[in-house]
Amino acid sequence: MSAMLEVKDLVVSYGKIKAVKGISFTVDQGEVVSLIGTNGAGKTTTLRTISGLLRPVSGSIVFDGRDLTKVAPHEIVSLGLAHSPEGRRIFPKLSVEENLLLGAFSRKDKGIREDLAAAFELFPILEERRAQPAGTFSGGEQQMLAMGRAMMSRPKMLMLDEPSMGLSPLMMKRIMTTVTTLQQQGTTILLVEQNAQAALRRATKGYVLEVGSIVLSGTGKELLASDDVRKAYLGED
Amino acid sequence: MELAQQLVNGLTLGSLYALIAVGYTVVYGIIQLINFAHGEIFMVGAFGALSTALLFFRSYVDGGEMLPFWALPVLIVGAVAASVAIAVLMERIAYRPLRNAPRLAPLITAIGISVFLQEAVRLLYGKIPSFPDAKQKVPFPQIEVVSGPAFNLGGVTLQRSTIFTVGALVICAAGLFYFVSRTKTGRAMQAVSQDPDTARLMGINVDRIIVVAFVIGATLAAVAGIAQGLQVTNINFKMGFLAGLKAFTAAVLGGIGNVWGAVIGGLTLGLVEALAVQFIPGTFGGSPWKDVWAFALLILVLVFRPQGLLGAKVVDRA
Ligand SMILES: Nc1ncnc2c1ncn2[C@@H]1O[C@H](COP(=O)(O)OP(=O)(O)OP(=O)(O)O)[C@@H](O)[C@H]1O
Ligand SMILES: [Mg+2]
Repeated sequence: MSAMLEVKDLVVSYGKIKAVKGISFTVDQGEVVSLIGTNGAGKTTTLRTISGLLRPVSGSIVFDGRDLTKVAPHEIVSLGLAHSPEGRRIFPKLSVEENLLLGAFSRKDKGIREDLAAAFELFPILEERRAQPAGTFSGGEQQMLAMGRAMMSRPKMLMLDEPSMGLSPLMMKRIMTTVTTLQQQGTTILLVEQNAQAALRRATKGYVLEVGSIVLSGTGKELLASDDVRKAYLGED
Repeated sequence: MELAQQLVNGLTLGSLYALIAVGYTVVYGIIQLINFAHGEIFMVGAFGALSTALLFFRSYVDGGEMLPFWALPVLIVGAVAASVAIAVLMERIAYRPLRNAPRLAPLITAIGISVFLQEAVRLLYGKIPSFPDAKQKVPFPQIEVVSGPAFNLGGVTLQRSTIFTVGALVICAAGLFYFVSRTKTGRAMQAVSQDPDTARLMGINVDRIIVVAFVIGATLAAVAGIAQGLQVTNINFKMGFLAGLKAFTAAVLGGIGNVWGAVIGGLTLGLVEALAVQFIPGTFGGSPWKDVWAFALLILVLVFRPQGLLGAKVVDRA
């Protein structure tokens, strides 16, 4: 296994407020790595910095051998790194199919139609509603669309920011099963979640983020068993 | 008959407003900037067409003859080139560095650019060897087929320039529809206007799309510049001011940010002006009052439908 993503001593701030205070972590090829933490821990900030939407104060982000801190945000997806953002952020006035095609915007190869078919296979509802404006979708449907859209870039690695947010237990299960499916199909995954139980169960590795710092790391199983995690994130005492 | 005549007049005026209004609305839709210098892009287009005529069809111009019909596409290319060049430079030099500045900064810059461009044309146009002085109005070249005697359709006068203007709007609107809804770049443009950050995550170069928006607006404004030249038969350095203000009104009327709103808003404004001139009796009628009625309509719409005729209901629009 080689490191696909290596984040080192990453510091990110909003003006004077430091949101990420020097975190380091790695994601190896084929893994599902979970980044968990409570509200305001800095999870979204970390993902947005990896995607180039925010620039770090210091530290490095190396993806597939390239330093992302010097790459323009719109060029990052074509390196093989897709990001399904927090709150899904589908394009509400565009149709489901147009949203999916935008996911493949950076590609110039001929396989886009095939991947559209693959996205429809993953989530059949997207095919049934392909012409519907995406803004009229329910939360769960929007999440499926956001994941399908991210997969349309044929990424080596997919970053998911709270895919289970606001979903029913059934839909959450559905999304988490898809995460495993995608992993089995060869996509490396960085999963940000507040739902620690679901995220850690599927994770090969996990990191716990607290007010901008990583306070705990280990395999998914280790973290699930750890007293600290059980107390803080699983509501046990 | 009078009604039919005023409808024709209103449609002509409205098409001109619509062509210019699209430029305000596409740029606003992407970066929430009201480019108050857009009227000057229209003016520069008219001067671009005139310059092209002076450079390539000098003998016709000097001889007081009409330019051959095939000169029309050449003049259009010249006008579009001039407008697009100015619009792209404007974006690059003035607006891009202010992308993250408070919203008032680019607005004031726009007013500065507007004055700068007017003065540059006024003072410098005549300094170009063999070009006429542009401190006052300058005659616009006449072109076969699109200039010349009007048609008379059962008492309704139909100017040839009317056919050009309305035809140009139809063609531009159809082209724009195709571009926005059927091409990859058009889809990217919609994505950027809905959510720029997420558009970046899709691999869309937002800076490039912003340039595309300026180019589209400038192209239509350049065509409008020629239409105006053909209608009035002369042009001047300040023609962009009132036309720009009216077109901006049209864009707000239709719902700023919405391309079809700009077209509908332009046509509505043109028709209201034309009908007000003819049918409002007494002191408040006639052409001196038409601008008053145009802006009165704007105020009415803003009071009762702040998002404009076609605009979506959003809180922070204008
Ligand atoms: N645009 C911003 N401007 C200023 N501060 C911000 C901004 N975005 C986030 N922050 C702050 O940075 C910190 C980390 O926020 P972030 O969104 O990364 O947290 P998170 O772990 O994703 O939380 P959540 O689980 O609620 O999504 C918070 O204290 C937040 O208030
Ligand atoms: Mg978050």
